Amino acid sequence: MTAILHIDWTSCDGRGLCTELLPGVLDRDDWGYPVARGKSGRERTDIPLRDADREAAQEAVSLCPKLALSLQERMEPARESRKPGR
Amino acid sequence: MSHAGDTSQPAPPDAARQEPRLLAAGPDAGWDQHLDTFGPLDADAAAPGLLDALAASGLTGRGGAAFETWRKVTATAESGRKGLFAARPVVIANGAEGEPLSFKDRTLLSHAPHLVIDGLLTLAAALGGAGTYVYAPAAGLPRVRQALAGRPGTKRVRVVEAPETFISGESSAVVNMIATGNAVPVDQRRRLSESGLNGRPTLVVNVETLAQVALIARYGAQWFRQAGTATDPGTRLVSVSGPAPVRDVVLEVPGGVELSAVLKEAGMDPAPLSAVLVGGYHGRWVRPAAHVLSPEGPVGGTVRPGAGVIHALDPHACGIGATARILTYLANESARQCGPCMFGLPAMASVLNRIAGGERNPRLASELDRLGRLVSGRGACRHPEGTTGLVSSALEVFAADFRAHLAGYCVPLGGVAA
Repeated sequence: MTAILHIDWTSCDGRGLCTELLPGVLDRDDWGYPVARGKSGRERTDIPLRDADREAAQEAVSLCPKLALSLQERMEPARESRKPGR
Repeated sequence: MSHAGDTSQPAPPDAARQEPRLLAAGPDAGWDQHLDTFGPLDADAAAPGLLDALAASGLTGRGGAAFETWRKVTATAESGRKGLFAARPVVIANGAEGEPLSFKDRTLLSHAPHLVIDGLLTLAAALGGAGTYVYAPAAGLPRVRQALAGRPGTKRVRVVEAPETFISGESSAVVNMIATGNAVPVDQRRRLSESGLNGRPTLVVNVETLAQVALIARYGAQWFRQAGTATDPGTRLVSVSGPAPVRDVVLEVPGGVELSAVLKEAGMDPAPLSAVLVGGYHGRWVRPAAHVLSPEGPVGGTVRPGAGVIHALDPHACGIGATARILTYLANESARQCGPCMFGLPAMASVLNRIAGGERNPRLASELDRLGRLVSGRGACRHPEGTTGLVSSALEVFAADFRAHLAGYCVPLGGVAA
C-alpha cells in the first residue's frame, strides 16, 4: 500500500500551507503553487508518499483552505502512464 | 523498396496509398449507400464477441492518446458490473475537433456518419445497453441528426453540441459539457470509466475509433490487420496541410506508414521541407525524412500520430515564429482553472515570443526549458505537458534557428530576426 497525495489543481490557489507542512515533499513554483520534489509527469499530481510523510500529509489535507488535497491508498504499482483521453 | 536493418521487422509500407475503408461508401453517403457498401450490422448480435475482436485487432484510439480501445471498453464494462447496484454505463461519440489543423473527424462525420453510429450502437450493446450520446461541433450536427433520423434504432441517441475551443474534446471536458454545459476539464480523482457522466461508468470514444469499431464488428480482427503493421495495425485518417498551393486533404493511411510517403500522397515533395508538425498542437515538430507514423516504435525513427494532424512548415517560414504563434494560441486556450497552466503557459509564450522577436539574451532558451519542466504534469488535464512537448520538440528541431535568433539573425529568412 502506497499513500498518494492527490492535488486538485482546479481548486488549488497556491496558499502554500501544504508546502510548509511537507517541506521535504513539496516545493513552491514561481507563482506559489506546490511542486512535488524529484517527481515528473503525473506523479506531480498524484504524489506517492513515504510512510514517514503520511501524518503530515493527513494534516495538510485537513488544513488546506481550498480543500484541494486528498489522500488515497493504492495497492497496485504506479498508474499506467498512458491513460485514455487526451 | 528495400529497408536496411532488422529483417524480422515487417518493412513499413513505403506507399501511403490505401484502399479506402472508412470512406468507402463515398461522399455524403446516406443510409442506403451505407448498407450497400458495408452490409447490415446487428449491434445486439455483434456485441457478445466484440471485446475479443477489439483485443485481437489491436485497435487504438484515434483521438490522440492512442490508448488500446479494448482496455478502455473493458474497464467501463467492469465498473458497470461492480457494486451492489449495477450502474448503466454511458458511451459518448466524441466528434469535438478543437485542434485547429485537424479536419478528419468532421470529414468522417459528414461523409460516413452511419459508420460512426454503428460503432456507437455496437459498443453500447456490448456494455449491456449503455446510454448513447453524439458530441460534435455545431457545423456537424445537422448531418448527424439527419443520419440518426434516417435509420432505425436510434431514438435514444442524444446529440450535444461541442463548443469550438481547443480543450472541448478532452474526455472529462466532454462529460462536463454534457452534464453541466461547461466544456472544461474536471479534476479526476476517479477515472471516467469508474465514475463519469452522473457518476456512471463512462466511455468517451473518438468518432473515427467508433467507425473502426463498426468495421471490426463486421469483418473481424484479421481483416483489420490486413492493413498496417504488427505494432500499428489497421488504418487511420490524417488531416494533411502545408504551405500554399498545397490543399488541405484527409487521407486514410495504413499504420506504420512513412511520413514522407504521406506528404507525397498529399502532393508535397518532402525534400525541401524543413520541418513537419505531427500530431497537432500537442504533437511534435520533426524533420520529414526517416520517420514512421506510429503510436509505438524506436525513438528517433517514430513519430506518434496523435490526433492525426500532419502539417508541413513553409520552407521559407521561421519555425520559431510558427511555434511562438502556436504557443500563444495554446496559452490563450487554457481553461484558466489550474495555476501552473494559467500562469505557466503565458510565461512560456512570452519568452518564446521574445526569442522569435530577436531579443539577444542567451538565457531565454534555458528559461523556456525550465518553465516547460515546471508546468509539466501539473493540471487536471494534459494541456500543460502537451504544450511543453511541442516546445521541447521545437528546441530540438530548430536548435540551429534558436542559436541564430539569439545571435541576432533568423536562418530561414536569411535576415535579421524580425
